[in-house]
Formats: sequence, C-alpha cells, structure tokens
Amino acid sequence: MSRVTKFAARDPGPAARMAGFLGHLRFNGMRLGVAETEAALAALTHVDAARPDEALRALRAVLAGCKEDVARFDELFTSYWLNGGRVTSKVMPTLSGRSSDDVRSSRDAKGESAGGAGQATSPDGGEGEAESDGEGKLIATEVRNLMRRDLRDLVRPEDIAEAERVAARLGAALRDRRSRRRKAARRGDRLHFRKVIRQSLASGGEPLRLPMKRRPDRTRKIVALCDVSGSMTLYAQVFLAFIAGLMRADPKADAYLFHTRLVRMTDALRDKDAMRAIGRMSLMADGFGGGSKIGASLGRFADTYARRFVDGRSVVLILSDGYDTDDPARLGDALARLRKRGCRVIWLNPLKGWRDYAPVAGGMAAALPHLDLFAAANTLDTLAALEPELTRL
Amino acid sequence: MTWQALQADMAAQNYVASDDLAVALHLALSLGRPMLLEGAAGVGKTEVARVLAAARDTKLIRLQCYEGLDAAQAIYEWNYQRQLLSIRASAEAGETGQAVEARIFSEDYLLERPLLAAIRQDVPPVLLIDEIDRADEEFEAYLLEVLADYQVTIPELGTISARSTPIVILTANGTRDLSDALRRRCLYAYVDYPDRTTELAILRARCPEIEDRLAQQIIGFVQKLRAEELEKVPGIAEMLDFAAALMGLGVADLTADPAVLQSTLTTLLKTQSDRANVPTEVAQRLAGRAA
Repeated sequence: MSRVTKFAARDPGPAARMAGFLGHLRFNGMRLGVAETEAALAALTHVDAARPDEALRALRAVLAGCKEDVARFDELFTSYWLNGGRVTSKVMPTLSGRSSDDVRSSRDAKGESAGGAGQATSPDGGEGEAESDGEGKLIATEVRNLMRRDLRDLVRPEDIAEAERVAARLGAALRDRRSRRRKAARRGDRLHFRKVIRQSLASGGEPLRLPMKRRPDRTRKIVALCDVSGSMTLYAQVFLAFIAGLMRADPKADAYLFHTRLVRMTDALRDKDAMRAIGRMSLMADGFGGGSKIGASLGRFADTYARRFVDGRSVVLILSDGYDTDDPARLGDALARLRKRGCRVIWLNPLKGWRDYAPVAGGMAAALPHLDLFAAANTLDTLAALEPELTRL
Repeated sequence: MTWQALQADMAAQNYVASDDLAVALHLALSLGRPMLLEGAAGVGKTEVARVLAAARDTKLIRLQCYEGLDAAQAIYEWNYQRQLLSIRASAEAGETGQAVEARIFSEDYLLERPLLAAIRQDVPPVLLIDEIDRADEEFEAYLLEVLADYQVTIPELGTISARSTPIVILTANGTRDLSDALRRRCLYAYVDYPDRTTELAILRARCPEIEDRLAQQIIGFVQKLRAEELEKVPGIAEMLDFAAALMGLGVADLTADPAVLQSTLTTLLKTQSDRANVPTEVAQRLAGRAA
C-alpha cells in the first residue's frame, strides 16, 4: 500500500494541499508567508513532483531557512504527505494562519511553565534563597529555574551561553561609549577637512584625496571582582557563571575572585573550552565558601593589579554582599585608593534585592560613599535588568 | 533541463554535488531566486559558484564580504580623482558648467563594483557573495534591495535595471545570524561534510590517478578524523591536499610509515592544539582502523 496521504474527496486541488502543508509547517513553528506557498508550487513544476524524494528536496530548498529547519523538514514532510495512507479530513488551510509569532506568552516554547517551583504566595521550596537567615522577604520571586541551581548544574554549556548573552549585553552597555572627538579613519563618515587641505597642497590646491574621520569607540574595560566567601555561596554560582560569560563575551575584561585572599582568574576563564574554564576556575576557588576579608582583598587589588590594569576607562564591578570580617575602615580605604585610579566602581549586592534591606553592615556602610552605583543583583535576570542603569553611568 | 542534467554538468567540472544540493541549485536557476548555502568551512560552498559559472560558461563575479564592507565597495563609486582632473582640464578649455557636470556624472566616471557589474552583464553571470555573514547588517539591507528588484539607483544617473538576472549564490558559515528577510528571499541548502561514498567520488574526480587502495584509506582516515574532537575540522580541500601530499611523497600505504603520516598531517590539522590532540598513536589507530 502506498504511504502517500489520501486526501479527502472534496479536496479542491494541489494548491489547497500545498496551502495546507504550509499551514502545517507554520503550526510547527516555521515562519512562512503566502509568497512561499507560491514559490513552493512553482518549485514543484520544475522537478518530478510525483516522486516523493524529489518533491521533498525541492520543498526543502524553498521552504527551509536555516540548518534547524532542514534537520526537521523530512519529518514534517512525511507527516503531511506520507502519513501511511490515512485519510486526512483537513486539507484546507486553517484560518488562524500565522500561528504563534504575534502571541506572547510567559511560557516558553516547550510548554513548560518558566516560573519557579514555589507557590505564588510562599517562597520557592527546596534550598532556594529562602533558607538564608535574613529577616526580609525575597522580592525577586520570578526566578527562573536555571538561575537557582548550584555551580555544577550551571556549568551546562547552554547556561553559560545564557550568561554569556547577558554579559555581552551588559558589557556593551558599559563599553560602547562613543568619543566626542573624531579621528582620522580609513572609512569615516565625514571629511577630515584639515587633512584634505594639507594634502591638497601637494597637488597644487586640488583636493585629490579625501581623508575621512569618524568617532572612534572608546572601549571601557570591565574588571570584575567576585566574592566567593561563605555568605555568598548561594549567589556566587550565578555570579561565576556571569563572569565566565563576561570573559567569553569581552576579550578585554578582567576577572578576580576573593574570599580571604585575592586570585586573578582571567587566564583560566579565557580557556577556549567553556567546561575546562569552569574546571580551572573551580580549582582556583579553593577556599570557596570560607570567610571573607573584603577590605584586605580589595586593598591588595588596589595596590597590585589595579596599578597595572585599571585606568580611567575601566569599570570595576564588585559582586559581594559586603559581610566583612575585617575592619570596615580598611574597605573604605581600599575603595578610596581604587577610585583614585579614575575608574567607576559598581557594587552589585545580592542582598539588596531583599525588602527592607539597609546597608548597615559595617563594611557596606563604609563602602557606600565611594560607589558610582550600588545595585541589587542575585540572578541572571536582575543582572540583565541592570543594562539601562549601566548605560546611564 | 532537469536537476540530474545539472548534476551531470557539475560532475563534468569535477564537482560531485549531492542530490539535495543539485535539486536546490536547479530550482534556484529555474525560479531565478538567489541561493543561500550554509555549512562549515571547507565543504565546497564557494566552489559551487565557480563550477556553476564554468558549467554554464558565464562569468563569475565575486564579492568577498568583510566587516565594514560598504556600498562604495560593493555597488558603485564615482571616480572622484578623475572627475577633478576633468574639471580642471575643462576650465582651461572653457567648457560651460552644465556641460562639465553632465560629463563628470556620466558612466565614464563610474567605477562599477561587483553588484553593479553583475546586473549590467548581457549574459547572466554567476554572482558569488561570499561569506555574507561577515558583512555588517547594514550591508545586508543594501543587498536585499539589490536582490529584490535587481536594480541599482544612482542619484546622478537614475535607476539602472538589470540587463539579465544574475545567478546569485550567497555563502555563509555562521559567524552571525542572518536576517529572516534575507533567508526568506533565498532558497536554502545546508552543505554538510560528504559521506564516505561521496567523498571517495570527489577524491577520484579530483585525483584520477590515485590508487584505489590509498583512496579508500585516505577517505577512511579523514572521515575518522572528523569524528575526533578537533578545533578546526578538516574540510574537503584539506582532504585533497592530504591526498596530494601523500601521492607527492610516493606513499602507497597509509599505515606503512608513521613518521610520514605524522608529517603529512600538517595538511589536515591547522591549529597547534589539533596537532597536539592527534599524536602518532592516535593517527596510527585511525589509519589502522581505516585500512
């Protein structure tokens, strides 16, 4: 028995079948318009359309638009045209037409709810943030599952890719500060008049060459310092993924982590292999989850690495909760010294996302006067939401 | 013409096209639509355009895309220096301003770049827009305009319409995502690494004098090598270089001399870490299994 689909008797003809097929593809998420139906019909006239394999190849060339489409096209084709001889009752295209493109839903494509695991009125179950012994309530409840797993789970490549995407956007927000001045450039948008006149002297006042100028990008260098002490364990994982993403997205960024001492991990994270980078980072984070000496670590940073790597075009990103076992004054001193290098200092504190949080911890209070931006960040989402604020900085 | 005929024509030019690719190209030619070829580096995307031009005996016009490619480099540009000279010369001859203007904005002073050149041919040429994903998004927009109507508007001259519709081949290897608009305008084919039989056919077509046993070994080895974890997977061009190197050295059996095999690997593995990943033992293991 032929595997070719038997269409219903009142089927109006090949054009309607093709329209039905296009509807079938749209229903399966491919973005196709009316013009494609026409092209598909035209394409079939140029091949032996009675042979399924040829029709498949022709339709695939016309209708698939990327590698993923190509990969699943065979299946979609078979399910519509070769469904084993079963009668289909629906050959007319449904009126709903373009299906999901214009519909926004809070569910993602797999049909699973993207929300957290908890009830709407209580914190998420398990060992989420709610276990921390703060008095406040977590405001950020719309946390995606992805962002509350521990480091080993976060280490899946697609999650790093996610962090990388966020980091790339943030990096761009911080980085692309166009200069006000214009510089000579081979491909500029305006004439470089001074050069035109100067060079025209050589050709007797005739402006033969037209040098151009443009506004160069003044890149900002991002230096990230991540606290991996005990009080930060819950968030360090998100932050480390973020930093790993940042390092992969921005070739100029610089990264350090600290608990009781400071470790530079730029080179480790630059590893081309994302998994190996995380592995090397884990090795360096020896002492992970221990005590924290923020003041001492930042002081060391200001005195050593900052002298080499931090200048007026740098943005120093500190990811810490500010719970310091050192003398708060040391932290203030360290930040003041760091500021003298002309950089911007941004402190992202995961606890700031808690309602009624006040930076009363000694260290945090001492740090506040030296910060350009003090913001909340405990998930990739909140990090991503920082973009507009960083642009304004 | 059928797609089988096209496939045979391409085979005559020593290009072994898969059925999928042949049907897609045949449709692109019959429907007059651009063809977008995607695939890893070294699978013969650019070669398609060259072979197509040779098979149909027309000109190949190539536009290599790069970051910062702009309209002046891709479509047309006025020959500014020549215009200046002309103005200076005409001032001495006492020509009127209007006459000068009409002259310096005529076709004589127009520098045509690949896209304009392609639509001004009498015989439809093959226009190869190579590595379109390297160009900026703005350029993609220019390109859409040209590909939609096959015409170029030059403010001083008016609109130039195509004398013949060129056969347009675009290639991309995923440096960035192409816009939906561009994908929709094109027919699409994904070119993958060839399977064993196809690759063997390619090798035989390109090196007819190769011995059967060595050809089998080479293909087996390269196919096995692609399955290894490599930074830069060897493409077809690398495989052909490899075969040429082995033949040049007079090697008849891949497993005969480990040192020779190791030194010819330079033609297949192009990064330091890949070289380190395939030490002599691994190469021997792959060669042994391929034999």
